[in-house]
Amino acid sequence: MTTLTPVLTDNWDVAGSFTLDGYGEYEAAKKALGMDPDAVIQAVKDSGLRGRGGAGFPTGMKWGFIPQGDGKAHYLVVNADESEPGTCKDIPLMMANPHSLVEGVIISSYAIRANHAFIYIRGEVLHVIRRVQAAVREAYEKGYLGTDIFGSGYDLDLVVHSGAGAYICGEETALLDSLEGYRGQPRLKPPFPAVAGLYASPTVVNNVESIASVPSIIANGADWFAGMGTEKSKGFGIFSLSGHVTRPGQYEAPLGITLRELLDMAGGIREGHELKFWTPGGSSTPIFTAEHLDVPLDFESVGAKGSMLGTRALQIFDETTCVVRAVLRWTEFYAHESCGKCTPCREGTYWLKQVLKRLEKGQGSEEDLATITDIADNILGRSFCALGDGATSPIHSSVKHFRDEYLKHFEIGGCPFDPAASTVWGSK
Amino acid sequence: MTYAPEVRERLETDAKEIIGRYPRPRSALLPLLHLVQSVDGYVSDDGQEFCAEMLGLSKAEVVGVATFYTMYKRRPAGDYNVGVCINTLCAVMGGDQIWAELSEHVGVGHDETTPDGKITLERLECNAACDFAPVMMVNWEFFDNQTPESAKQLADDLRAGKEVAPTRGPGRLCTFREASRVLAGFPDGLAADGPSAAGPSLEGLKIARANGWEAPKAEGSEK
Ligand SMILES: Cc1cc2nc3c(=O)[nH]c(=O)nc-3n(C[C@H](O)[C@H](O)[C@H](O)COP(=O)(O)O)c2cc1C
Ligand code: SF4
Ligand code: FES
Repeated sequence: MTTLTPVLTDNWDVAGSFTLDGYGEYEAAKKALGMDPDAVIQAVKDSGLRGRGGAGFPTGMKWGFIPQGDGKAHYLVVNADESEPGTCKDIPLMMANPHSLVEGVIISSYAIRANHAFIYIRGEVLHVIRRVQAAVREAYEKGYLGTDIFGSGYDLDLVVHSGAGAYICGEETALLDSLEGYRGQPRLKPPFPAVAGLYASPTVVNNVESIASVPSIIANGADWFAGMGTEKSKGFGIFSLSGHVTRPGQYEAPLGITLRELLDMAGGIREGHELKFWTPGGSSTPIFTAEHLDVPLDFESVGAKGSMLGTRALQIFDETTCVVRAVLRWTEFYAHESCGKCTPCREGTYWLKQVLKRLEKGQGSEEDLATITDIADNILGRSFCALGDGATSPIHSSVKHFRDEYLKHFEIGGCPFDPAASTVWGSK
Repeated sequence: MTYAPEVRERLETDAKEIIGRYPRPRSALLPLLHLVQSVDGYVSDDGQEFCAEMLGLSKAEVVGVATFYTMYKRRPAGDYNVGVCINTLCAVMGGDQIWAELSEHVGVGHDETTPDGKITLERLECNAACDFAPVMMVNWEFFDNQTPESAKQLADDLRAGKEVAPTRGPGRLCTFREASRVLAGFPDGLAADGPSAAGPSLEGLKIARANGWEAPKAEGSEK
């Protein structure tokens, strides 16, 4: 049986966990700044840490791409834009334990030889922004940020930057454009940020949880981290359960835990109901059903079953939920958030929305199912960035698993479900 | 209309501080627009002009950016920006019903402000609090686990000038303008208010504690 392994969440039940008193003395940063920067990169490589922002790219390898001795400024940019539907781990992490992130920023910036770092936080989370601002200020006051940190001669400035509401700014190159003061639209890759990122300088963009995991690796060793998880998906991660579960919440566990195990801990699906469908990693990851309860939640196993681990945003829906309604709503989200830069995504998400609306009202036809599949085929792989690809995940996966439910809508000329039954109060 | 001299002076001082944080001035544009909202309650014409002037940009460049982001209000907004999450998870858990009842109760639709200037209603996308569904946000503070009744009560209390407190946040709700100032990077001293974490954020940890589960100890454990 897999058990929970609180590391990043371990001090969340401590009063004042968001202060230095509640966190500790940045021992890991002290240790790291006494090491050679390359040794820090090597430790993160050896740990097997893979990006926690969705794509799972090996973090140490990404850092290794930063050219050295190039005479250019280097930057670390933390992606704290957390806006993928279902994803809700970085926000409570920064609320309760912002110092793990700030300490991680110091170690990571030192490793990539950056003297300026940014935390780009979505703007819609005021109290979280306050907590991160306060943690940064405390770190400055202690001399953990600024000049000659721990007497090592290393200087680092850290700026907390609030976004202004745009899901696309979570895409790393759109984020960089936004941070430079432009509309947040993705850039053509290559060049990758490691070569030409912020201000066309070598830049590492990492997710909050990736960076916050670094102090524990430095403090406890790469082997310690690699001792958790599965062969290619090492370490721990925060799994976020939401929806029709008895006890939704944040469960920090080794990668490779299954939804069945997590549901056991969370008291199962809400009483009197059963699992219908779920997302393993946010709305951009193809939906799973009860047949996937035992799939190990690691990058490889979820991929092998046709979805993606993504951000471990486990949105759980029971049998009262209409799949067509859910997919329509996600599609409206993608249409709304499409940045408009490329045609397949801009036009495709618009048309998907139109056809799905018709289908949901029971005014569609079997042909419409072919149409949405077709539109999705034309977005997938043809869009400028991964937002477009993500928009097709709910479409393809729902048609695959729930074709009959789509058909039912136009057979009876409406939605066969009562939305009141799926509400929190509807179950009582 | 242009800014009164003392307003303008303070704006300039703040703007210079913001610009000073960045290696290149233009990076200050988003925080400057938040700053303008903290004075005007929306991104006013004057405010955009001001940003352009401070950064050496054309006004068109500033407008082009401001219109891209949903948090920048195009028109004067209410003291309280009341949002209901209607993304799938919250919608299914009751957000759709909350929106419908609240909108009817308050008498305005999406992005509309009540005649008393108190409340602007908004349909929100996922606000990264799905484990607290259905979720509402007022001036970007969390109001978790809402019902149609609690939502209507909240709106009534706000309009009546009663004090309301977010579920995870400070004991006092600040106005939209005050919130915007924090977003511009000027802390209001309220960071220590409220719990470290609450409710669902602690579920996993509680279970780990109850079962004695911990992360493995490091060899020659330093921690
Ligand atoms: C539309 C879109 C939104 C994204 N949103 C986020 C986000 O909010 N946070 C995040 O860390 N990564 C997000 N990503 C992934 C980033 O582009 C990038 O891969 C990630 O920040 C890299 O960090 P990591 O290697 O530590 O995971 C998003 C990607 C896309 C295409
Ligand atoms: S895929 Fe969508 S979000 Fe990405 S660049 Fe194209 S239009 Fe913009
Ligand atoms: S869906 Fe409402 S907060 Fe995520």
